[in-house]
Amino acid sequence: MDLNLLLTPVLSLSAIGLVFGGLLSFASTQFAVQEDPRIAEINAVLPGANCGGCGYPGCNNYATAVVGGDPVDKCTVGGPAVAAKVATIMGMGALTSKTRMIARVMCHGGTNCVNAFTYKGLDECVAANFVLGGPKACKEGCLGGGDCERACKFDAIHVNEDRVAVVDMDKCTGCEACVKACPKSIIDMVPAPQLVFVDCKNKEFGGHVRKNCVNACIACKRCEKACQFDAIHVINNVAVIDYDKCTNCMECAKVCPTKCIHVVGGLPVVEEAS
Amino acid sequence: MENASVLTIIISAILVNNFVLSRFLGICSFIGISQKVETALGLGLADIFVMAMAGVFAYFAEVYILQYFNIEYLRVVMYILIIASLVQFVEIVLKKVLPSLYQALGIFLPLITTNCAVLGVALLNVQYNFNLIQSVVHSVAAAVGFTLAIVIFAFIREKMESNDIPEPFKGFPIALITASLLSFAFLGFQGMI
Repeated sequence: MDLNLLLTPVLSLSAIGLVFGGLLSFASTQFAVQEDPRIAEINAVLPGANCGGCGYPGCNNYATAVVGGDPVDKCTVGGPAVAAKVATIMGMGALTSKTRMIARVMCHGGTNCVNAFTYKGLDECVAANFVLGGPKACKEGCLGGGDCERACKFDAIHVNEDRVAVVDMDKCTGCEACVKACPKSIIDMVPAPQLVFVDCKNKEFGGHVRKNCVNACIACKRCEKACQFDAIHVINNVAVIDYDKCTNCMECAKVCPTKCIHVVGGLPVVEEAS
Repeated sequence: MENASVLTIIISAILVNNFVLSRFLGICSFIGISQKVETALGLGLADIFVMAMAGVFAYFAEVYILQYFNIEYLRVVMYILIIASLVQFVEIVLKKVLPSLYQALGIFLPLITTNCAVLGVALLNVQYNFNLIQSVVHSVAAAVGFTLAIVIFAFIREKMESNDIPEPFKGFPIALITASLLSFAFLGFQGMI
């Protein structure tokens, strides 16, 4: 057998490969673009979830933007820890730490809230919301379809057995994906250290609110009177806490007749015996 | 086709034997990247550039390596090697020399590596026994034909956005039907030369 028959193709193909390989490696050094090394460094520090919480399509885009002069604390997933690292890379020193914000579903209705009609369709909040705003009698109530659960990349929000979505406060990174996914707009961003929340958004007044949902705010203003810090007010028939003023004294939660004001970890048991 | 004039080649490649609509090459990017006219045009321009380069390089590889050593059976492997390296090279150079164009083309440049229209034009050049000038003209004309088809298609798809399309046809089904109708339209050029 003619050895050339074997050698020619192998050699010529290898030669071409070698030539092009050399050309490419030459080009990559010759035409190397001077990219700011900080972009790569910041990229390494960022969580890499590409969740878009910062307002950019991905972590790399945000890293580029930071080098271009964007604020260093936009990454909601990484929070203050990442912001501090990014600030160090940017030579800005330690930052005044920003309060970590997490999502909270402002509803505790679910099965406590009666249905105005029976909805038979896609088990999705968006779909259910198209039909007269969903089957719940309360038009501000959680539909329990789990749109937020599917939107969450961090396994931090789940629809519980009461058919209400609940945020896992430890896992929540504050990326706001669920806030955007909720067709009812009942997921709010709240400061993580906050312990007392009014878990109701309904803006209706009077007795039929109570008939619709046993956990609804009826705008009785007892919390407003109980608060010594001017931190809770009934606005549009629903109590709203000013988180800047709130001291987590829980007085409002104690007087709330419908128990729509919730305390993280439950209201401490008052020792009346002593 | 050996002695075809430049004009004949151009008309043939753009209209009569349009790469997408008559030869059905490069369909993936034709369907995939035609939601917006802007991006479609970007891909088309990148394609013109790469196909012209590929036409030249493939011609030299054909004459001075494949035919010289009698190893024509390695054609496809060789061409793929050439096209892939070429695209990489163009990408690196563009990034340095014309960053604005690089930004505009974005992801399309690497995508073209796997565009079968590029390999197709190189192989067709050989099939038709084109000389260097004919090869280059044919490559560029084929790419222009590709651009024409994808831009027309993108225009139609942008219009369709606002149309009331039956639920089962939304998205790709209606796009495929449109593509077939567009292909029919180009069938009208058949027999011109």
